[in-house]
Amino acid sequence: MIKVEHLTKAFGAKVAVNDISFDVQRGEVLGFIGPNGAGKSTTMRMVTGFIPPTSGTISVGGHDVLQDPIGAKRLIGYLPENAPGYADMTVHGFLKFCAELRGLRGDAHRRAVNRAVELCLLENVLYQTIDTLSKGYKHRTCLAQSLIHDPDVLILDEPTDGLDPNQKREVRNLIKKMGENKAIVFSTHILEEVEVVCSRVIIIDRGRIVANGTPAELKARSDTAGAVHLRAAGIPSRLILERLAQVPGALRVEILGESPAGVDARVYPDKSSSVTLTRSVAEFAAREGWQIDEIHTEEGRLDEVFRTITLPDTVKAA
Amino acid sequence: MNASANIKAIMKRELGGYFTSPIAYVFLVIFLLLTGFFTFTVGNFFERSEASLVSFFTWHPWLYLFLVPAVGMRLWSEERRLGTLELLLTMPVTVWQAIIGKFLASWLFLALALVLTFPVVITVNWLGDPDNGVVMAGYVGSLLLAGAYLAISCMTSAMTRNQVISFILSVMICLFLILAGYTPVTDLLTRFANPVVTQTIAAFSVMTHFEAFQRGVLDTRDVIFFASVIGFALFATGVIIRNQRAG
Repeated sequence: MIKVEHLTKAFGAKVAVNDISFDVQRGEVLGFIGPNGAGKSTTMRMVTGFIPPTSGTISVGGHDVLQDPIGAKRLIGYLPENAPGYADMTVHGFLKFCAELRGLRGDAHRRAVNRAVELCLLENVLYQTIDTLSKGYKHRTCLAQSLIHDPDVLILDEPTDGLDPNQKREVRNLIKKMGENKAIVFSTHILEEVEVVCSRVIIIDRGRIVANGTPAELKARSDTAGAVHLRAAGIPSRLILERLAQVPGALRVEILGESPAGVDARVYPDKSSSVTLTRSVAEFAAREGWQIDEIHTEEGRLDEVFRTITLPDTVKAA
Repeated sequence: MNASANIKAIMKRELGGYFTSPIAYVFLVIFLLLTGFFTFTVGNFFERSEASLVSFFTWHPWLYLFLVPAVGMRLWSEERRLGTLELLLTMPVTVWQAIIGKFLASWLFLALALVLTFPVVITVNWLGDPDNGVVMAGYVGSLLLAGAYLAISCMTSAMTRNQVISFILSVMICLFLILAGYTPVTDLLTRFANPVVTQTIAAFSVMTHFEAFQRGVLDTRDVIFFASVIGFALFATGVIIRNQRAG
C-alpha cells in the first residue's frame, strides 16, 4: 500500500531525512522508533503529502503522492504530532467538518461520524469545544478524525502520546485490530508498544534507517538475547563466575545481584556457538548438585538494541 | 472529489468560526458604531443637506484599513499556530480550494457587516430623494474594496503564525494602496514629479478606483482593478503556503 523509495528531505543545509526506503503492505503495522529529531515526523509528513520531499518517490495505493496528491490523500488517514484541532469547534462539529472534506454525504456522513465517535469513545465530550478538552480527549478527537473515512492507510504520529495507561492500551488494541486489514505506520517513543502492536519495526536515527525487521528479529540482535538468567541458592558468587564461564556455549557470566535468597547471574551466549545454552547450563548445575531456584532464557530487549544502535551517533552529534 | 463541495465545507467552517467566538459580534458592533459616527458626526451628514451617502462611503477606505485586517489576520496564521494547517492540507483538498473557501467566508462576513448598515440607506431615503443607483454603486465599490484589503490580509496572514505581525503588515500595505492616490499625497507628488508619474502611481491606489463608484460610475476598469488585486494577493497566498511547506 505504501511504497517509499530513496526519500530525502533537506531543510537548508540540514538533512532531516536521508535516503529512506521502505514499504508497507495491507495487514502490516509498521512501527517507527528513533530519538527525537531523527526524522520520523518529517518522513510521515512527506508520506501524507504535507511537505514535498527534496528527492525520492512515495506512492500510496498506487497513487504517486507528488503527481496525484488528492488520490493518495483520499486513501490516507493521518494523525499529526500533537493532535491539532480547531480550538473553537465542538468535537461533533469538527468531526462533521472532516467527514465532509472526505466527501461523505447524507447517511454515509452521519454513520461515519457516529462510528468514529464510538471507536474513540467520545460520546461524553461530543458537544464540548476542543480547547476545553483534556489532552487525552483532544488526542482521541484527532484520532477519530483520521479514522472517519475508514481509510486503507493510517499514518499515526505518536498516537498514544499524552494518554493515560488505560487509554494507551485501548488505542494499542484499536491499532492492532485495524492493522488486520489496513496498512498502518505509527511512531512512538514507547518501546513496549512496538513489541505489542507492530508486525515490523524501523529504527530511524539522524535521518537514516538503522534497523528494519520484526520485533523478534531486532530483539535477537540484543546482547542479552539467548542469555540464561538463573538464581542459585547457597553457592558463592565467585564460584558461579568461574565455573559457569566454562560451560559450552557461554561467553561470559555477570552477577546481577546477591540476596539471602541466592545469587542472580546472567550467562551471555557465545553467538557463534550452536549449543543450546540453557540446556547446557541446566545440565551443568544438575551435575554439580547446585540448587537452582529459577532459570529462564532471555529474549533480548528492544530498548537495549535501540540504545546500542542509536547511542553512538547521538554522542557524536553532541 | 468535488471542488465546490470542498470550498463550501471550508467556507462553512470558517464562517462558523467567526460566530462561535466573540470576534463576529465585536466586529459588527464596532463597525456599525464607527460607520455611524463617521457618517453623522465627522462626515456632517445633516449639515450637508444633500440626499446622498457620500459622507458614509468616504470613510470606508479608512475604516477598512483597520477593520478588514482584523478579520483577515487569523485566516492562515491561526491554522499554523494550532497546527491544523497540517490536517487541512493532508485532507483531499487542494490549496486553492482552501484559499478560496477561507477568502469567500470572510468576504461574506464583511458583506454581512455592510448589509447591516441598511438603516443609513433608509434614513437618507426617508429624509430626501437620493439616487439609489448611486447608493448601490457605492455599496458594490465598498464590497470590492473590502475584498481587496481582505485578500491582502489573507496573504500577510499566510506569511506568519503571529497574528499581530500579520495585522501590521496588511495595514501597511493597505495604507500604501490608499496613500498612493490620496489627494494630499498626489498634490505633493505633482510638485516633484511630472503628471504622468503621479498618475501612474495614483492608478495603483484603491482611492482612485473607489471614488468612481461613489459617483455612481460602474466602470469595468475599476472592477478589473479590484478583481486583479484580489486575484494577485490570493495567488501570492498560494505561493507563500507552497514555499513554506517546501521548507
